[in-house]
Amino acid sequence: MPITREHDLHRRRSSRNVGLAVVLVGFIALVFGLTIAKVQGGGTLQAYDHSYRPALDPDNVRFQQR
Amino acid sequence: MSDIRTDMTITGEGEARFGDYVALLKPRVMSLVVFTALVGLLVAPGSLHPVEALAAIIFIALGAGASGALNMWWDADIDAVMQRTARRPIPAGRVEPGEALGIGVALSGLSVIMLWLATNALAGALLAFTIFFYAVIYSMWLKRSTPQNIVIGGAAGAFPPMIGWVAVTGSISLEACLMFLLIFMWTPPHFWALALFMKSDYHKARVPMLTVTHGRRATRAHVLVYTLALVPVALVAGFTSLGGPVYLALALVLNAMFLHGAWAIWRRDEVLAEADSYAVEKRVFRFSLAYLFLHFGAILAEAALAHLPAYAMLAAHIPLLELF
Repeated sequence: MPITREHDLHRRRSSRNVGLAVVLVGFIALVFGLTIAKVQGGGTLQAYDHSYRPALDPDNVRFQQR
Repeated sequence: MSDIRTDMTITGEGEARFGDYVALLKPRVMSLVVFTALVGLLVAPGSLHPVEALAAIIFIALGAGASGALNMWWDADIDAVMQRTARRPIPAGRVEPGEALGIGVALSGLSVIMLWLATNALAGALLAFTIFFYAVIYSMWLKRSTPQNIVIGGAAGAFPPMIGWVAVTGSISLEACLMFLLIFMWTPPHFWALALFMKSDYHKARVPMLTVTHGRRATRAHVLVYTLALVPVALVAGFTSLGGPVYLALALVLNAMFLHGAWAIWRRDEVLAEADSYAVEKRVFRFSLAYLFLHFGAILAEAALAHLPAYAMLAAHIPLLELF
């Protein structure tokens, strides 16, 4: 029997492909949502490496104490 | 060059539908896991972000599914013999054993790590232990070696509400232990009631179920004894923060009914049972499912009702048991 587009083999593979695609998209959405939730839960974040913080500068602290 | 064989008239091994892979994860068991874990998560003191809670439930269910796939991989030989399990994906030839093993291991690792990242390390560790317990301790060791397999192996099914609780609180408490014990003590009478009318299956598969090793008379006695042991656990839970008037009232009725059913099973002999095609055993088995769902439903209802001031005043009259 020649294999055709309507063959059961195609339907089974299509079922697997669509199922896997849905699972992967769902997983991506869940990880994205989880990331947003974790970042929001962390409160106000302070970028230590991008802004000057006088309280952490030893020279500034010594200057203030004088 | 095509990789499709044109001479193929029927689909062979490895050509599973997506549903066959879902069947590997034992979706019916997963539904119980999802429900009990959700109750543990919702009634625990504290809160999770809704997305974290959703992720926790999904990964607890996925972990349970992974252990189901590992169980099907290991038990493929006996599943093929038993009428109840012969149509599972591996014995039916729709999924290869190696695929089930790969899916089981991959989903185990994924679910544990993701639950840890979504909630906390203790919840992740408990899920890892649950998978190990079900796949290795129960499936590989106890199931084929002792008639107490159901008793000890039942612990694997009892962990989900505790994991749900720990996902929120980060610690194990009396309430989490009682939810664990409720399922742990419920499992033996539930499965032995099933084994009483499925004896030939376990006998053919050489699984040392109590009905096979000690006979049906002893199994009937065990159903009654374990139901007697279950009752105090279910009632004590009513005197913790899990319980309240609704839970206690429902627990009293349900436990009286379960005891009555266990008593009826104990009083019967094989002649009576075969005369009505094990009607009582089947009824008690079905009732035991409702028993567990209703207990956890009542625990959830208590958590919801506790927000009503009038109900909280009523519940305040019930003494609270606190050990930790």
